[in-house]
Amino acid sequence: MTTAVEIVELEKAFDPSGLMGELRRLVGRPVARVAALRRVTLQVARGEIYGVVGSNGSGKSTLARIVATLLTPDAGRARVFGRDVERESAEVRRLLNRVSVDASFFKKLSPLENLVFSARLYDLPPRTSEPRVRQILQRLGISGDPLTRPVEQMSRGMQQKVAVARAFLTSPVLLVLDEPTTGLDPASKRDVQAFIEEVRDCHDATVLLMSHDMDEIARLCDRMAVLDDGRIVAEGTPASLTAPGETLEDAFIRLTGHALGDTTNGRAERGEPAGVGETRP
Amino acid sequence: MIAARREWRASYAFVELNFRAIKRYWGWEAVWLVFAIVNALTVAYIAPGGREVAGEAFATDRLVLFLVIGTVVWAYLQQVFDSVGFMIAWQRWEGTIESTFMAPARRLAMVAGSSAFAIVYAFVRALLVLGVVSLFFDLDLLQANWLTALAVICVGSVGFLGLAVMVAALPLLFLERGEQMVMITLAALLLVSGVFYPIEVLPGWLQFVGRLSPATYVLEGMRAAVLDGASIGDVAELFPPLLVIAAVALPLGIAVFRAAERYALRSGRLKRHG
Repeated sequence: MTTAVEIVELEKAFDPSGLMGELRRLVGRPVARVAALRRVTLQVARGEIYGVVGSNGSGKSTLARIVATLLTPDAGRARVFGRDVERESAEVRRLLNRVSVDASFFKKLSPLENLVFSARLYDLPPRTSEPRVRQILQRLGISGDPLTRPVEQMSRGMQQKVAVARAFLTSPVLLVLDEPTTGLDPASKRDVQAFIEEVRDCHDATVLLMSHDMDEIARLCDRMAVLDDGRIVAEGTPASLTAPGETLEDAFIRLTGHALGDTTNGRAERGEPAGVGETRP
Repeated sequence: MIAARREWRASYAFVELNFRAIKRYWGWEAVWLVFAIVNALTVAYIAPGGREVAGEAFATDRLVLFLVIGTVVWAYLQQVFDSVGFMIAWQRWEGTIESTFMAPARRLAMVAGSSAFAIVYAFVRALLVLGVVSLFFDLDLLQANWLTALAVICVGSVGFLGLAVMVAALPLLFLERGEQMVMITLAALLLVSGVFYPIEVLPGWLQFVGRLSPATYVLEGMRAAVLDGASIGDVAELFPPLLVIAAVALPLGIAVFRAAERYALRSGRLKRHG
């Protein structure tokens, strides 16, 4: 079995005070930091859809961004197909792509222009990428006029589909999906979920899926981890984590001691100040 | 060879992106072009206005040309600075910064592509401003040495690009104030570089700061070339400081940008804002 993602004892904390905190740290002054990931260890096998479920602020996005080379860890290591995300980031970037909860594009540009730009950064010339963009977007139900109209004129659901297409355009062997269906209508959600399954089945891709949608996790994932307050509190198949007669959400409450909701770290990651007693050294 | 071709393609992606953005934002581009033209005309009319106010005869035509060169060259440098200096701020505002930084293209490709587009676009725009302004004034350009002017602007652009790359890193360091800092830097360069007056009229310490700005030497060279027809040899003393500034500012700009990127990766600042 080939390991697609290997995460060992990964730690990450944020300093809500920003650059001033960095300066304080440089001169040896104490700085209150908020832990986002605490010694997280997990392995994802090649071809697997691996879900990470947790409340807002549990550390899912931090984990996704470290794997996607957008954030450097404080301690521990993360490897993608054997390559270290920090030291070999250029190689890792050729292997993966990511969809985040915000479908972000150059808003005045069309989906076609946005995706052709993205493809060029992955060394795909327009003669290769353009037909592929049209094919993928058609598969996701977008064709004709919307392809050449500014992205800002599209609905949120359509934009998210374009974001999925952008990630898949580069044929990544690892797809990091950070809440890809949050805020989508049920039909768009089903389209995106079906596409994720198709990517796994037909294109030998591994998927690391961050979500707080329990139905989505149950439908798509071969294995999953429950992340709470930066720690993995349970790992296994969705079936193995649920007791008889229990839903996945019930299991989450049993394992974490609380329902899905916003946590302290969510505010810290967004750079919002923590309240009294909420910071950890 | 393959790596070089890949970086070249990635650089071109930014040229094409900027070109497409200008096509889509054509209304804004038209507004800023009109603003630059009106600004140039307003400044140029200070010369005949000064004669009226002072009530003395002085070389108005020469002063008009002096001011027009200042506004046109500044329109060029400002556009270069805007295009490069705001490349990060723009991507952060659009929210595309993460997907761009996650791509396997090197940051140098991003800087090179954005810079190449900035220079060509700024040059075309400056020519348009000059063309329109020349309709309002009887500008005597017959004695101008355009080869010298081109040489000065080409060498000076490198140093200016270095400064622009350096300040482009500010939005990586400061989420909320980065863009304002870029604008303040540009305003400071406007003050000390002798755009509308010789820097000799400034206090000594500001003249010293002005001597560190590549724009100062570019403006001196352009004025010598256009007003007096100076040859490259005549303005040879301007090239050593321009080359030194270019040799220092560009590598330093790239180094600062890389350091800012490392900080952004460590602190989680590489994300959407605004």
